[in-house]
Amino acid sequence: MPQNKFKVVIIGSGPAGLSAAARAAYYEKEHGESSAHLLLEAFSGLSKTIYQYQKGKHVMDEPGFLNLRSPMEFAAGKREEVLQAWEQGVQQNGINIQYEKEVIGITGEQPDFTVTLKDGKKITTENVVLSIGLQGNPRKLGLPGDDESTFVRYTLEDPDEFEEKTIVVVGAGDAAIENALGLAQNNTVYIINRRNEFTRAKEGNLNAVLSAINNKSNQFFCQYNTNVKSIQLPQSVDEKGAIVLDTPEGDLSINCDCIIARLGAIAPRRFVESCGVEFPNDKPDSIPDLDNHYQSNVKGLYIIGALGGYPLIKQAMNQGHDVIEFIHGKEIKPADHPLLEQQFKLLPYVMDAQDILELYQQRVPMFKRMNALAFRELIIESNIVIALDEQGYQEANKKQELAKAKNYSKFTKLIKAGDKIFKKEEYSNTFYTIVEGEVSLTTEEGKSFKLKAGQFFGEMSLLSGRPRKTDAIAGNDCILIETPRRIMLKLMNSNDEVAQGINRISTVRALQEAFNPNLSSKEMLALAATVKMVEFKANETLFKEGEKGKHLYLIRLGTVSLAKGIKHNKRVTTQLQSGELVGQLALMGNPTRTHTAVAAVRVEAFKLNLQQFLTLIKSNKDQIKVLQSDLADLMQKSNLMGSVYESVDINKFLLKQGLGEATNALVIDENLCVACDNCETACAETHSGIARLKREQGDSFAGLHIPISCRHCEQPHCMKDCPADAIHRADSGEVFIDDSCIGCGNCETNCPYDVIKMSYDMPKKPGLLAWMFLGLGKGPGELGNPVIDAKAKDKGKKAVKCDLCKDLKTGPACVRACPTGAAIRISPNDFVDLVEGR
Amino acid sequence: MFENLLKYKKYRYLSLSLILIVSAAVIYLTQGIEQPANGGTWQGYTLGIFSAFLVLLLTYLGIRKRSYSSRMGTVEGWTSAHVFLGTSLLLIATLHAAFQVGWNIHTLAYVLMIAVILSGFYGLFTYLHYPQVMSKNNNGGSQESWLQELAQIDDEIKNRSGSCRAEIRLLVLSAIENTKISGGLFSQLTRSDNSKIKIQSESDKYTSNKNQERVISYLARALPNSLNHAEASAIDGILSKFSRRQRLLKIIKRNLQIKAYLKVWLLFHVPLTIALLAALTVHILVVFIYW
Repeated sequence: MPQNKFKVVIIGSGPAGLSAAARAAYYEKEHGESSAHLLLEAFSGLSKTIYQYQKGKHVMDEPGFLNLRSPMEFAAGKREEVLQAWEQGVQQNGINIQYEKEVIGITGEQPDFTVTLKDGKKITTENVVLSIGLQGNPRKLGLPGDDESTFVRYTLEDPDEFEEKTIVVVGAGDAAIENALGLAQNNTVYIINRRNEFTRAKEGNLNAVLSAINNKSNQFFCQYNTNVKSIQLPQSVDEKGAIVLDTPEGDLSINCDCIIARLGAIAPRRFVESCGVEFPNDKPDSIPDLDNHYQSNVKGLYIIGALGGYPLIKQAMNQGHDVIEFIHGKEIKPADHPLLEQQFKLLPYVMDAQDILELYQQRVPMFKRMNALAFRELIIESNIVIALDEQGYQEANKKQELAKAKNYSKFTKLIKAGDKIFKKEEYSNTFYTIVEGEVSLTTEEGKSFKLKAGQFFGEMSLLSGRPRKTDAIAGNDCILIETPRRIMLKLMNSNDEVAQGINRISTVRALQEAFNPNLSSKEMLALAATVKMVEFKANETLFKEGEKGKHLYLIRLGTVSLAKGIKHNKRVTTQLQSGELVGQLALMGNPTRTHTAVAAVRVEAFKLNLQQFLTLIKSNKDQIKVLQSDLADLMQKSNLMGSVYESVDINKFLLKQGLGEATNALVIDENLCVACDNCETACAETHSGIARLKREQGDSFAGLHIPISCRHCEQPHCMKDCPADAIHRADSGEVFIDDSCIGCGNCETNCPYDVIKMSYDMPKKPGLLAWMFLGLGKGPGELGNPVIDAKAKDKGKKAVKCDLCKDLKTGPACVRACPTGAAIRISPNDFVDLVEGR
Repeated sequence: MFENLLKYKKYRYLSLSLILIVSAAVIYLTQGIEQPANGGTWQGYTLGIFSAFLVLLLTYLGIRKRSYSSRMGTVEGWTSAHVFLGTSLLLIATLHAAFQVGWNIHTLAYVLMIAVILSGFYGLFTYLHYPQVMSKNNNGGSQESWLQELAQIDDEIKNRSGSCRAEIRLLVLSAIENTKISGGLFSQLTRSDNSKIKIQSESDKYTSNKNQERVISYLARALPNSLNHAEASAIDGILSKFSRRQRLLKIIKRNLQIKAYLKVWLLFHVPLTIALLAALTVHILVVFIYW
């Protein structure tokens, strides 16, 4: 008997599907229809993915700036509360749901779909909304023995199942973090992150995992930059197995009772493809191409939620609501539309924000093939910058002031045409993409070149942490997308195409800067494609003295130290930084390496062979002289340092102290220091009572003392994983923490030099007269044991660190307060003077 | 790169002081025969006013040192100036007094000034000399690192003493508990060691354990008499730890002594300065009243 045809069948009762069904039920009531919608669920209850969350798990409602738009309720809360609210919602909204109905096939096209169920039943419908999520298809470790077993698991329902065990959780996403935290209460937990930050985590999870790692009393450990090398299954059920990790410090084997791998899920692609839906490429994580209405290439087949590339609950629920609107022919704007409108408000277009968005995505080749939703997110997290002439600027500024009064959270960023977007030597690290107009970059040598719409710049500082090497000047009416470092790194981590695009251009630019070749951009691109990028861990050797060399390295990130002599007599002579060449002598005369080159910190470098090198320099003969003269300088400096046998150990010591990656570090001459601690007192007195340096602590060598004090690293370790984005680098280089610190302690953990500490606000000191005549509080230079007041305790401990006294016009108070000239601040460029002066 | 306070800015304040001294000498020598050199001639007044100004300027270092966000030069510059101008004051003030002394308030101010300057010379000597001594004493370590190591050794000794007979265990613990590292200023300066030990087999009273010598010699003698292998190896371990302890205490005490040297002179320099200011005020008032 043929059934009635549904207006829409929704498959999967996750947040997206539920929300869609509720909206469909609303229309049904409004139009006085019956049975116009059907929600099919393969599981015996609602939202299997969420049902399978850990017991008592806190379900979050990220992203915070987005409003919920759905007849179903949803607010952050416990898993049980969320599920209960939805069960009630199903009743209240009159959703027509059928459980335990697994769909095995969808055929046809709008308005004649046939949905086939596992029990053989067929259902006809005009439209299909596919909201089946990704669960049930976890990504595996990809190693022998990785099949699901009691030792290797890909899900975790109840962490209480484990007690006093050692468990290794692999992954850095939300699921991995939540599992690890759930287990941490009764077990020893290792969490394995293959990157050096938790960039993919939601903010709440990020804070929680970082505070767990930072809490020294926890048996909770994190291995960053680590991959799984192999696993050893246990011999019997009661025994431990092992996991072998490839860490930056070498292999590490951990004996453990269980491995829980949470590496995300892969789309149930075969099923989706069998419905006629096409995928853009063969990559396992690729998602189907969808239009703005979430419609796939099959007309009338809509895909929303995680399967459509958006795994967040609130976003999925909004999509569920919107997709039913579209099916009913209503053109409505997504919930984040007002944010986009504000961002685009001052642009000279008479266009809808959505159209501008599409236009911009098409303008930039690198972004063209990005998922439209991901691009939308990128824009919302970025600034839209427009450069206007004086008159236009003034007018736009007035409009901006009016808008600001209305409390919007996003605005178009205004600058004046001809202004510098960034300056040479400035330490900013945002990434810029040009969507309209021109930007001209001027190098140190005064060479200037223009970039046009579709091109990007600023990637060098983003990748190397070094200051800007050019001035970037905004052309008239140019429009830029200014993307913060954190967002850009997240995008590069998750989107290979973008990462490759940026890497390709940055290779070309790095080669151009180092060799100044006279090659066309086509030739350069072709050459760059053949140049390999190699990575070295700290202390890894690039090459050894005495070896025959066939390559040179161009450093992209980090510091390489050169040493002469072997074994015990090894003397560090120089260190080289990003943008500099290492081992070029091998290609310029002497194939035998004259130095041993070691990565002082993690290094990324371009590796060039003779062929590539010749191609570059043959095109510009003048550059050979420059390279030769640079090499001569380097050899002279290196040999000078290498010959001061007594002093080169100092260099080694300084490098060990992290001064190789420092931009500005405090060094004390023990032969002058009278231990008065005036430096520390001055620091406390100029920084609301909390000293950010500890003179007496820290290592010494040959009369040089490196106190515990911030080095203002090139790539500040503290900056990674700051959930509040509270750590910044001033344009002049100072790394500082602003008031938005939430006190998670992550920077304290990440700093290898122990220079950040968590501290309460100190009581305010009385005025000089009140202290002198009324005996109130502490006097100048007196620190003692201050009494922390209730307000400060309530606020909690916040991270404090050296800011190089950036707010004092005179510079660092520690140095200025030293009565004997024992304290100075130096950068790696001062090493030679420092060592020679000993 | 480093410049000590005497060499500050290529001897800027030495040069200035020399100019001042020469000028003062010239002014002094212009005093004629009719009116012999005296604090009361116009030359004498000039030198006197200038000396008083110098005293104030020198005293101001104490304030500048505590004005941590001051934009008025560096503390090193001020200290360098303090040293050289203070030295020149010795001469300029003497010329102002025209070598006349007596039992009066004027000479009291002069003598106090000399005392302040001389104590300053000693302070300068400690500043130039002792940092190197301390650096050598620490040899790459720091007071903090020594104290940390000491605490660690104490824990290790306590742990190991568990395998010894009660007599030795108690003795070792009493040696640790009654080790005196720091006392008052005097004991810091003299490095006196008031450490004690209670050896119950010998007496109920505490005896001196200066430089940990008593405990070390006791342990060394106990070693051949140990009860068994386990105890012998424990005593041997404890003995070597106490030897390291002895060395650490020596370094720590020497550091304390040096730090005391670096500070003790200020206990004279500063109060004398205050006395000088008082005497100087009276001197000036008296001169004006009894014109």
